[in-house]
Amino acid sequence: MTFKNLICPVCGASCDDIQVDFTGDVITVKNACKMGNAKFQEVASKHRIREPFIRNGGTTRKCSWDEAISRAAEILTDAKRPLLFMGSETSSEAMEVGLHIGEYLGAVVDSNSTVCHGPTAMGIQEAGRVGATAGQGKSRSDLVIYWGSNPMESMPRHMSRYAVYPRGYWTRRGRFDRTIITVDPRRTITAENSDLHIQLRPNTDYELLSALLTMLHGKQPHPSVEEITGVSISLMEEMLETMLGCNYGAIYVGLGIASSYGKHRNAELAFNLVKELNSHTKFAIGALRGHCNVAGFNQIASYLYGYPFGLDFARGYPRYNPGEFTAVDLLRERDVDAMLVVSADLASHFPASCAEYMAEIPVACIDIAPCPMTMVSNVVLPGVIDAMECDGTFYRLDDVPVYFKPFTNSPFDFTESNEHTLRQIFEIVKRLK
Amino acid sequence: MEVILRPKGEIGIMVEAEVINPETFACRSKEEIEGLVVWQGPTNHPLSEFFEVAVREDGSPEETSILIDGDVSRVKHIGHSMNAGRIEIRGSVGMHVGSEMSGGSILVKGNAGSWAGMEMKGGLLQIEGDAGDHVGSAYRGSWRGMSGGRILIGGTARSQLGGGLAGGEIVVGGDVENFCGIRQAGGFIIVHGTAVRGVGAEMNGGMIVICGGIRQLSPGFMDAGQEDGPVLGENHLVGIFNKLLGDYAISKNPKGVLYVSGGGVA
Ligand code: SF4
Repeated sequence: MTFKNLICPVCGASCDDIQVDFTGDVITVKNACKMGNAKFQEVASKHRIREPFIRNGGTTRKCSWDEAISRAAEILTDAKRPLLFMGSETSSEAMEVGLHIGEYLGAVVDSNSTVCHGPTAMGIQEAGRVGATAGQGKSRSDLVIYWGSNPMESMPRHMSRYAVYPRGYWTRRGRFDRTIITVDPRRTITAENSDLHIQLRPNTDYELLSALLTMLHGKQPHPSVEEITGVSISLMEEMLETMLGCNYGAIYVGLGIASSYGKHRNAELAFNLVKELNSHTKFAIGALRGHCNVAGFNQIASYLYGYPFGLDFARGYPRYNPGEFTAVDLLRERDVDAMLVVSADLASHFPASCAEYMAEIPVACIDIAPCPMTMVSNVVLPGVIDAMECDGTFYRLDDVPVYFKPFTNSPFDFTESNEHTLRQIFEIVKRLK
Repeated sequence: MEVILRPKGEIGIMVEAEVINPETFACRSKEEIEGLVVWQGPTNHPLSEFFEVAVREDGSPEETSILIDGDVSRVKHIGHSMNAGRIEIRGSVGMHVGSEMSGGSILVKGNAGSWAGMEMKGGLLQIEGDAGDHVGSAYRGSWRGMSGGRILIGGTARSQLGGGLAGGEIVVGGDVENFCGIRQAGGFIIVHGTAVRGVGAEMNGGMIVICGGIRQLSPGFMDAGQEDGPVLGENHLVGIFNKLLGDYAISKNPKGVLYVSGGGVA
């Protein structure tokens, strides 16, 4: 059967034009990029986790669903200070349940932004942000700046759907009406396809931003900036002139800003630059969010509890302090003693000391395929694939909510979605504590 | 009145103990102090679960001193909001020591965790060892950090020292890392060692002295000549210092002053 206008559940672009032919064991996907296609293939994959299992010491055994969710609930209720990690490849509805469990237990709830665009969110808190939806950029922008991002590889359809190639109302000739600048220490394929590549030295984004702002304030930046950033002041001037000369500039920041040295300070200064550019022309800035719903957790947590990630409920009300209540710091400092991880392979992506500690403490996880996370988990619950097997909401990279419908059902009779699984765990948690 | 707290052993999940404050202890009996509530994760416990308590005579908060005889690096918020009395810690201490304090004094013989003296308003916080990040800084998203008092650090400090500093003084014996004095609006920071980058970034007032040089200067600072042995308040500096004004990245008319010596700038 053919299904049209599906949402892709892979990166923050949340492409909504995916077409799928699905027979039950063969799936053919149209319009998706390579990354999107690979994930759609998971729905018929041989290595999918199809039943729950429990690991005790070195031995693994299959178990019933009831035993698995009871054990997962006990891991949370037996702990002194549990950590719930809501990965980004699941619906906002599932994240909401996770946050409520966290509040109920006085636990810590965190999500992928903690190792991703968390610093960008912190930068917004420091400086405020002039943002826009993807459609604004598409219709208006005649200058696109990819700063510390490489969409050709990390968000393959960003340039073609939203930013560079599409014909907009004021950019009728698409790419020909737009200037592209890439700021990146590496010569990426995005940089190769740009009109100007500012190849700064790694970890000098802050100094480059600071120099641009200084020029904007009518001063020549300190001459040492050329040596520090590896970019000549004349090239900076050329860049600033292009920025001031455009009608509508859109900056898309990536992890080159959020996760190089300087972190939220880089983001803060980028937001300041955009604020000030708006005295001269129209400018907006947004992050290229990596995973499909990583923006969702920030939105849900902010509107429910006031903070975008790293929420600590220990004192009965939400508290926020990245560095103190964030997952990596808590694991490194051994300041949590159990975990529930939903749709995230933390054992691969967190620092080794955190992965080692995860292997020591009781962990339950919800996942679709075997990975290092399922190997350090004591309880593994089969995951349901959002946007393919159940409906729900993602937040796109520009924080626009996108409702998705499935083209097939959950392959399990014991759960309809990750949200449903979490609700079942929550019921048992309430009975136990 | 003097209260002696002896840690009873290793602490697993960190403990939050803002009750360790001379004013809270003042005029309380040994039993009352033992029963004060501290938090470990979402559960609360009596102080006596983690500390042996000994009390010598009573007295007013101004005269109350607390001696912590051991390592409390997993205890947070000691001396949070205190405004009188004295705390001495004969070991290392966890995060938020002396956060928001407005008076009295704290002496830490070992190292201190991050956010020591966050948004401090007055009093003295002395750390003989090394300090973590965000010493005397503002809380996340705020532009106003420490506004009064003194912080003295014998060893090194990490990043964002004195972030949003509006008043008071911070002295660091060793090196600092990144963004020392970011968004500073007033007050005085002196670092006897080196700094990595971002010194005084976005500063709009106040003064910073870095005696050992800065690896990566913020480009919004403008050279304003050299001074030999400048006298800055009570500090008589030795040697030749470059004076810079900034940060022009944040404003057209900033009032921040930066003195750098040693490794020079950049
Ligand atoms: S760009 Fe992102 S959302 Fe679009 S198809 Fe590729 S992976 Fe899916």
